Parts: sequence; C-alpha cells; structure tokens
Amino acid sequence: MKVQLWRIAHARSGDKADRADIGLFAFDPETYAVLKREITKERLAAHFAALLPGPGAGPVELWPLDNILALKIVLNGALQGGAARSLRMDNLGKNVAAQLLRMEIEAPGNLPRLLR
Amino acid sequence: MKISTKTVRVGAGLGFYGDSWQPVRASIERGGVQYIASDHLSELTLAILQKDRQKDPKAGYARDGVPMLTDLWPLAAKHDVKFVLNAGGLNPQGAREAIARTFCEKGWKAKIATVTGDSVLERIDELRAAGEALVHMDTGGDIASVRERMLFASAYLGAQPIAEALARGADIVLTGRVADAALTLGPLAHEFGWQWDDWDRMAAGLTLGHLLECSGQGSGGNFGSSGEWAKVPDYAHLGYPIAEVSEDGTALFTKPPGTGGRVSFDTIRQQLLYEVHNPHAYYSPDVVLDMGTLNFEDEGHDRVRISGASGAARPKTLKIVAGYQDGWMGTGMIGFAWPEAYAKCEKSAQIIAALVQERGWAVEDTNVEYIGYNSLLGANADPTYRDQLNECFLRMTIRTKDRKVADAFGRLFPWLGLSGPPYVGSMKGVQPAKELLGIWPALVNRELIESRIEISLEEIK
Repeated sequence: MKVQLWRIAHARSGDKADRADIGLFAFDPETYAVLKREITKERLAAHFAALLPGPGAGPVELWPLDNILALKIVLNGALQGGAARSLRMDNLGKNVAAQLLRMEIEAPGNLPRLLR
Repeated sequence: MKISTKTVRVGAGLGFYGDSWQPVRASIERGGVQYIASDHLSELTLAILQKDRQKDPKAGYARDGVPMLTDLWPLAAKHDVKFVLNAGGLNPQGAREAIARTFCEKGWKAKIATVTGDSVLERIDELRAAGEALVHMDTGGDIASVRERMLFASAYLGAQPIAEALARGADIVLTGRVADAALTLGPLAHEFGWQWDDWDRMAAGLTLGHLLECSGQGSGGNFGSSGEWAKVPDYAHLGYPIAEVSEDGTALFTKPPGTGGRVSFDTIRQQLLYEVHNPHAYYSPDVVLDMGTLNFEDEGHDRVRISGASGAARPKTLKIVAGYQDGWMGTGMIGFAWPEAYAKCEKSAQIIAALVQERGWAVEDTNVEYIGYNSLLGANADPTYRDQLNECFLRMTIRTKDRKVADAFGRLFPWLGLSGPPYVGSMKGVQPAKELLGIWPALVNRELIESRIEISLEEIK
C-alpha cells in the first residue's frame, strides 16, 4: 500500500553552509528494512527537485545506519547558498524534514505503526 | 587491576546565541553536574559579533554570557560547577573583562581562563603566503573573490586548550570559535586524563558533546514527528540533557529529575544525526567519529546508555569558516482574509513584480512565498485547500546589491492596503533592508593555527 512517511517514521533536519541534512528514523526494525529498500537517492531527488540546484540525484547523499534504524540524507546546494543569504522563510531548512515526511512510499500494511 | 568507578557529569548550557539558561539551574541544583558546556555560536553568529565590534572595540563577544554567569554563578560556586563556554566570540578577553567587572562588584571569586588564536581574519594573506589556498571546501572557489568583503574568519579549535585551561585551575573557560563538542570533550579529557590519540575515547567524548551542544534538542525539544511530539511532557520546564560519563567513555545520558522533556532512544538519535554530513566520518579537530558502531540502550525513565563509539585519527587540517557580505535582502508582506485569500496574495505579488520592473531596479533573485500555504513546505505543500484558505499572507523577498533598493522594496507594500485587493490584514510596519552573508568554509594546516593558541588565566579575588 502507499504510505506517507509521517505514519511510520520520524525526522529532523538542519543546515551546514549550503547543505540541508535530514535524519530519518524508523520506529521499529521492520519499518527500517522498508525505508532502506524504498528510499533511494533518485526518489529523494524527485521529491526535493524544487530545492536542488540541478536535475538528477548528483546532489543527494544517503547513508543507512543499521545500529540506530536511521537513514542520513544530505541535500547539497539546497539552501540558496546558506542560511544567511537565503531569501526563504525557512532559511535554516528546519522544515525539510517535514517535507520528507510527506513523501509516499510502497509499504506492507502490517508494519507495527500501521496496526496501532 | 584497579577499576575506576569515577564518573563525570556534564550538563548542556545554551544551544545558540539567545537560548534560555533557566533550565541550567535544575542541572546544577539537582542534576549533579560538575561542568556546564555552553554553546553560544552558531555558524554565522560571528557575523553579528563582528558588527558589534566594529561599533565598539570592547564588544564582539556573545552578550548573553555575562548575564547567564551573573545569574547562575552563586549556585554554581555552591555546587562546585565549572563553566566552559564559547561566548568569547571574537573577543574572549573583552568577555572576561565584562565578567570580571560584575564579579568584582558582587565580591565573587573565580579563576577565568580565555582561549584565543581561532580568529584568522587578520591572517588570511599570511596563511595564503604560507601556501594555504583556503579554497571553498564545497565549490573549490578562490578566496580572492570574497577577500575584500570578508567580515570574519575563524578556525574551529579542538578540546586540548580547554583541557589545559582546566588543568591550570580555571573555573570558567571562555573561548572563541571551538568545535561545539569540544566544550564537552575538553572537561572529559581533563578529568580522566585521556590520551589525545586514544581515538575511541575521543570519539566517545565527541559523541556526547554533540548530543549536548543543542541544549533542549537533546532532551525532547524539536522532536520532529507527527503526533509523537505532543507526548513530550512539560515543555515549559524542559530539562537540558546531562551526560554521566565513565573513564572508558561509556555514558548514561539523562536530564535532571523533576523536569519536562524526554530522553529516549528516539529523541537522542534525532540529535545524533543533526547537522551531520557523512555519519561514518564525522570530522572534528580532535577525532573523526564513526557513528555506525554506537549502541544506545534505552532503560526508560529518561535514561539511555551510550557505548561503542569508534574513532579514527584526527585530521591534519582545521576547518575555517569565514563570512562575507553578499548583498541585501528586501522584504515585503501583506495578508488577506477569505474569500480568495490565496488568489489575492498571488495578484499582489504580480502587482509588486510589475512595479519593480517599471522602476528598473537591479534585482538578482525574487522569492515568493505564501504564509499559511507553502512558506515552510515549499513545493511539497498540499494544494487541496489552497483556494479555500481562511487567510493567507504573501511574503516576497528580493536579493540586490543595492541597499537602497532593498529598503525601497518593503515600502511598495503599504500602498496595496487602499489600492489593491480587498480584506487586507494590518501591515505591522515595513521591514528595512537586511544584509546577506555568504559563508566560506575552508581547510587550513592545523600547525599554523595551533602554534598561535594562547591560554591566559586571571584570578578574581
């Protein structure tokens, strides 16, 4: 089934220079396995196309961390040059994580968080 | 074999310039802390401090350090708690003088150390002459392109000078730019006598410092989630995190009893990855940390055991961050009520864009956002109810090299109140031009920086 990430995961984002970074966290190991499989650089590049400097997944970096059931995501060039030169309301990229939680992925309907 | 049972408790101080120090009181009173590690400098705070110093050579330090210490020192002295803080900003000596003045007036005693040598604004040409290219770390750009517009340039120092200041007997260590986590690693290395090439212990200290450096974010604040954030108890009295550390670098991560917030596997792993790039190579001046081997054991009741940090040898370079003047931002806002709140904002943006064009202003970028619709979620805002919003605000910003244009831009908006679309919200004033800053991260040979570090200690009697 199609599931938006906010139903099965939590996330925080921040900034370093012109880089927005996100930690995405599964509540349980079953969900982590799904996140690891479904979330790719290409899918992230499509979801954040409006923030990224060019087409393609080149500016996206992604690391899985099995020990904390997390994905570390970095969007290079996503902050208009950095927080102090950005024209945006969200110059610090604090809501990039909220944007990520709106991403829809394919997930089995029996994940623990979906059965609560 | 003697097994050390000594533990050291380090509590979080501020997480940014302007944060609240009231929660620190609970950490001192009933959190059993021996040190408070207080971070007053975010990536571009030094730009603000540089402007202060241009107006007054005695300024240039974070101005919340003095009132924080004035408020907390009697309690801290009673409980034998030391402070390590980077509130020295661009002028640690100035900060010390300000603190010493207050302490003398009150009759308080303290040994205050300063750590300097991080600021390299005056040394850029010298460093380049010594063979340091200082190219932009991400773009490879030539620093000459921004040299004339540079407002500050500081290297991130490590934990060694902090540990040394403590070894000399300092009660308060005032630094300028240091790696945020060094504010915690310094006291730990000092207390346990950790070797500076004991990479796993360095990595453990760095991990804990990183978890403490954003104050409430390490204990349930800003817990990014749907629904879960509402379960965090008593935000109004959220306690700042505390690390109780053993000699081997393992730790119990917690917060003071009787405070709000939450320390759990969920809340602290959010902080672990916060503002981290490659989690398997998290660089600091003291060690390169691999977060992939860490273990978190949630014992419940706001207690999480942390172990398993692994580190690799520290880099031969230090990171410099410089900030440079990069034009001006003009801002205008106007809000409308239903009906057609969004459409009226959109129309207003078109009207303003036409006026800007007619005036022939040199505008490099224009940013149009709709508060109440997409100003935070951007292209991922859900358009379902866009045309039925109860109310909506247009926020429009421009980038220009001309400060006068940036100022004039905001003044275009009030006119819309009588000559634009109907049911307008109150303007609440016109925003003046805001200076924009570019950021220039670069690497420098650490010997060229560390050979100039000075630690000075002054006793206030």
